[in-house]
Amino acid sequence: MKAKPRFPWPALRQLDGDPLGTGAAVQSHKTQAWTARTTDAKVVKSVCPFCAVGCGQKIFVKDERIIQIEGDEESPISRGRLCPKGAATRALTQSPLREYRVKYRRPYGTAWEELPLDRAMDMIADRVIKTRRETWVADHEGKPVNHVAGIASLGGATLDNEENYLMKKLYCALGIVQVENQARL
Amino acid sequence: MGTSFGRGGATTFQQDLQNADCLLIMGSNMAENHPVGFQWVMEARERGATIIHVDPRFTRTSAVADIHVPIRPGSDIAFLGGIINYVLQNERDFREYVVNYTNASVLIGEEYEDTENLEGLFSGWVKDRNGYTFNSWQYDGTNVHGASGQRESQESLAKYQGLNPQEMSKLEAGMPPKIDRTLKHPRCVYQILKRHFARYTPDMVARTCGISEEDFTKVAEALCENSGRERTSAMCYAVAWTHHTTGVQIIRSAAILQLLLGNIGRPGGGIQALRGHSSIQGSTDIPTLFNLLPGYLNMPQAQKFGPLAKYIEDEGGKTGYWGNMDTYITSLLKAWYGDHATADNDFCFALLPRLTGDHSAYRSILGMQDGAVKGYFAVGENLAVGSANSSLHRKAMANLDWLVVRDFSETETASFWYDSPEIESGDLKTEAIGTEVFFMPAASHTEKNGSYTNTQRLLQWHHKAVDPQGDARSELWFYYHLGKRIREKLGDDTTEPYADAIKFLTWDYHTEGPLDEPSADDVLREISGWDAEGKALNGYDKLKADGSTRCGCWIYCGVYKDEQNQAANRKPRAEQNWVAAEWGWAWPANRHLLYNRASADPDGKPWSERKKYVWWDEEKSQWAGYDTPDFEKTKRPDYVPPDGARREAAIAGTHPFIMQDDGLGWLFVPNGIVDGPLPTHYEPSESPIGNPVYPQQSNPGAQRFPREWNPSNPSPSESHGDDFPFILTTYRLTEHHTSGAMTRTVPQLSELQPEMFCEVSPELAKLRGLEHGRWATIVTTRTAIEARVMVTGRLRPLQLNGKTLHTVGVPYHWGRKGLVTGDSANDLLPIVLDPNVHIQEDKASTCNILPGRRPRGRAFHEFMEKVRSDAGAEVTP
Repeated sequence: MKAKPRFPWPALRQLDGDPLGTGAAVQSHKTQAWTARTTDAKVVKSVCPFCAVGCGQKIFVKDERIIQIEGDEESPISRGRLCPKGAATRALTQSPLREYRVKYRRPYGTAWEELPLDRAMDMIADRVIKTRRETWVADHEGKPVNHVAGIASLGGATLDNEENYLMKKLYCALGIVQVENQARL
Repeated sequence: MGTSFGRGGATTFQQDLQNADCLLIMGSNMAENHPVGFQWVMEARERGATIIHVDPRFTRTSAVADIHVPIRPGSDIAFLGGIINYVLQNERDFREYVVNYTNASVLIGEEYEDTENLEGLFSGWVKDRNGYTFNSWQYDGTNVHGASGQRESQESLAKYQGLNPQEMSKLEAGMPPKIDRTLKHPRCVYQILKRHFARYTPDMVARTCGISEEDFTKVAEALCENSGRERTSAMCYAVAWTHHTTGVQIIRSAAILQLLLGNIGRPGGGIQALRGHSSIQGSTDIPTLFNLLPGYLNMPQAQKFGPLAKYIEDEGGKTGYWGNMDTYITSLLKAWYGDHATADNDFCFALLPRLTGDHSAYRSILGMQDGAVKGYFAVGENLAVGSANSSLHRKAMANLDWLVVRDFSETETASFWYDSPEIESGDLKTEAIGTEVFFMPAASHTEKNGSYTNTQRLLQWHHKAVDPQGDARSELWFYYHLGKRIREKLGDDTTEPYADAIKFLTWDYHTEGPLDEPSADDVLREISGWDAEGKALNGYDKLKADGSTRCGCWIYCGVYKDEQNQAANRKPRAEQNWVAAEWGWAWPANRHLLYNRASADPDGKPWSERKKYVWWDEEKSQWAGYDTPDFEKTKRPDYVPPDGARREAAIAGTHPFIMQDDGLGWLFVPNGIVDGPLPTHYEPSESPIGNPVYPQQSNPGAQRFPREWNPSNPSPSESHGDDFPFILTTYRLTEHHTSGAMTRTVPQLSELQPEMFCEVSPELAKLRGLEHGRWATIVTTRTAIEARVMVTGRLRPLQLNGKTLHTVGVPYHWGRKGLVTGDSANDLLPIVLDPNVHIQEDKASTCNILPGRRPRGRAFHEFMEKVRSDAGAEVTP
């Protein structure tokens, strides 16, 4: 902490080596004690989830909550910059429209219903097995095929490589060949 | 790019754009859609580079360019073909590069006939098949295997040429058998090219693109002046090159031009594909695509059924790095089937499902319309807004038995059954839709570990910051646990068909934390691979065909080098050069600039001091430079392959394109592209005018699906009154991301771009009585949408042969969900696809535009019936 200023008024204090009034002259004990809200936050290194430029992001976490996401100046690609979308990443992950519960619509239903996650996973597994069996194609023009005609999947360009890998691997094992993503669209 | 150079990825990296002397940005509005990457274009400009933007609209990219040329949407090949012709006629090609590094000198077989002789078609057209056979496009005296794309089987090619299959890829000392290094032989590729593009004169370009000859010549001259030994030019493109029925051929035109100018494999050169999603490159490398296995290995096809050896024979080359197909596929099968995969059982190759044709995204949707597809996963995709003819998509989803939607918030895809234009117009009724819908909340990238592969093939790891809340889960969790559950439900004694494929699958990733999240690190390690002792592999040259190595994706082999997650490398930029080899990890083998052997002359010396990048260090007897050499490190520049050499040993020390059979850049593609060995200007599937270049109107091979819900506008529209006289083109805005599912849910971004609009020129506004800020209705035979009018000089009327042509521009981000809503531009578009990659045409079609809002309810239904009936475009079920 600095010594007590000679003049009590900020306007006069400016005469004391801070002519533009951007430094010590306009500080009080209170403001001197202030720190950026990110100062003691944990910093997690990340990558922007929008386009494929691949800007570096720093995620600031406090009390298990993301308080700020900003550009990573160490990135050789983005040099700390983010576009309007990238700069809104925290708002994306904390959007007021984000859903945190499974929603279920039964056939011919007119409204969403609640469904526990575990039950939903079970039902989806059952449907995959059933449709796989019912639409299995063993051969085509005399040649073995062994694929599923009745299940398709679209997605992947916004996902991680590891996720795409497990998707492709599982779908192949199940015989599901209609596997596609945004790269085609 | 795969067929021209050998790999389907950007040849360069964004930071290197700063080294360009001239930059052609075309098919991309980079400043607005890749703004942070655009800083490297600005760096180049600061260093004195000429920036050229070729785009129908004047955008922020055009605003900082030295030259902006507003071409007609869909005339890209005419424009680029014109520059190719300019280079050839004026002999402005980088001759030493062209002779040594491309297939310009190779003689093509006598059977080949060009579009010049066949009114816009090539030899080999089979009308019944609506496609070509590649037989007549082959090198004289041998066949070559395509590095990517759709390959004709070697057996059938051999039969046609009367060759023994063993004579395939007969490369004497690394060269095809018949060449003419003087480039004078009438059948050499250089001369074929010259004849093929001869009609793309400046005058023809001006008449086809709707621009002045002066503008065209300015661009051609700037590229020529800034290419050669001392200078290089780069090109950037995005989806405005791919979203055409001729998309692959547009990119091929760019590849030909860059090869002729000697700009591939050199600093400040190359072609930078600008991808639109965080991991769109990654999702092609490790494909969630029907036709590929990881690492661009083709999925096996039923027609070519046979043992693993036959697959390797059909799909692998004999020479070049595709000659190692046996090691790639065997290591993949070992990664998937583990100890169950042995040499005795063909490494479980038979357990892979076989393709019976085209199973691409739009086919699945048509299958849904027909009732053949019953279950569907939409994973971070919002097809109800994001896909062409999204109306057809929504109606098709009503035919499903079940639908799983995984996303952050309720998308239009999740809500199609109660809130969609079809429900509003009465075409669909909620109570009549039998589809069972599961909406599964997804975890965001901040809530999981994993890697993205960016637009320059760079893998970057993102670390988890917080746990996902509630039921939100990663895709890794969803698929891992779904697979586990299915396996448990089936049990060991299941009688389900092909149960071994599920039972044998290696599926033992360790899980962590209270949610049982599988370890992404574990998965990445499997992708990278390990040896017989279980030690992480350092690179794909270590892969074996005997089953002793496992590797989930050969091009990513080494991303877990030295047991370290290399994608997580983050050495600050200030501590390394601009290549930044220690930031993330680039495939393949951490090479940032591909084919960089070409940055040196045939003797291995830099072409110039100014453009020095990778060179032969005689003292150390190895390649050295600023980047990892994209070449065998110790292969001498004077290496001449011995007769009968195979795999990489068959590639000469002067041939930089190591994925190709002959190590050359392909100006002419004899194998791998289904709609011709050279690009040809065809009109878009829906065009206001007749093709000014050839009698053949549009791409004859384009995939068209005339059926209920997918009618076409009459084309050319001049043949059918004035129903759809305007060009329709779509684009993105900086503040929104594709279907808006990730941005219309964000308050700040919704405030910045709150409303759907359309851009029209003052002339068109006057013609149709449109007022700035008021409503307009845009009409096609698919549907009609409404949008606020923006009257702007950014879109200019085009003059073509004395006729004025207007363009309507629409962003495609809106739908009915989210914080801001509006009609979806994709509803207007037809499903009509490029035959190579099955990508839709949504940058150039036709429309009409009327003042005022569209009708509502039943009135809308009747309005559309009348539109279709007037256009003669009714398609009965």
